[in-house]
Amino acid sequence: MVVRLRFFASLRERLHCSEGDFTLADGSNVEDLWAALCTEYPQLVELGASVSFAVNREYVNREHRLSNNDEVALIPPVSGGIDVRDC
Amino acid sequence: MYEIVDHPIDAAAVTAAVADPHTGATVVFIGTTRDHNDGRQVTCLEYEAYPEMAVAEMRKIGDTARQRWPIERMAIVHRTGVVPIGEASVVIAVSAAHRRAAFEACHFAIDRLKEVVPIWKKEHFDGGEVWIGSQTGQRF
Repeated sequence: MVVRLRFFASLRERLHCSEGDFTLADGSNVEDLWAALCTEYPQLVELGASVSFAVNREYVNREHRLSNNDEVALIPPVSGGIDVRDC
Repeated sequence: MYEIVDHPIDAAAVTAAVADPHTGATVVFIGTTRDHNDGRQVTCLEYEAYPEMAVAEMRKIGDTARQRWPIERMAIVHRTGVVPIGEASVVIAVSAAHRRAAFEACHFAIDRLKEVVPIWKKEHFDGGEVWIGSQTGQRF
């Protein structure tokens, strides 16, 4: 199956890429996708648990099973709003 | 009104969006970019969003707030791109029959926004730039 990947912020800069298609085995879950991405892009490995995932614009856990044509966003720690530490 | 915009936010328009004759209190939170952070002189902030999902998550915040407090309306507008020091990056307006619900729902909304809405902030300072990460780490 093929999923559509979207990368944002620090991940986008790290990969020099904002989106692209990725092929993986039928039945794969988010963790399988992450493992495959880490193999192809070793610079992702150190990010490990800090990355969250959204499938078709909903947060999912790493056991979430993927389907063909899913839009999968890799979400680095979010930081909208204004203050960093005190709000 | 739940929007991501790439231009200055009109706080009066966000406030007007929650006007309702049933309400007696409107609370408006305006988050503005600050010229210092972590001991650094900040020159500007730059925001990036996953816009389609960010708007959906902001709408969920409004729905959750409405379940928890007797509020009438909520509006959230977040700006993306470079935001000069002193300008608003986010405006949240909440209207309710009474002030306590409006204050509490507004406080909830900005806290929740910072936890779940897919928006990222890059701090530009003298000598560099850095994407600011949440202090809470992974949530799933």
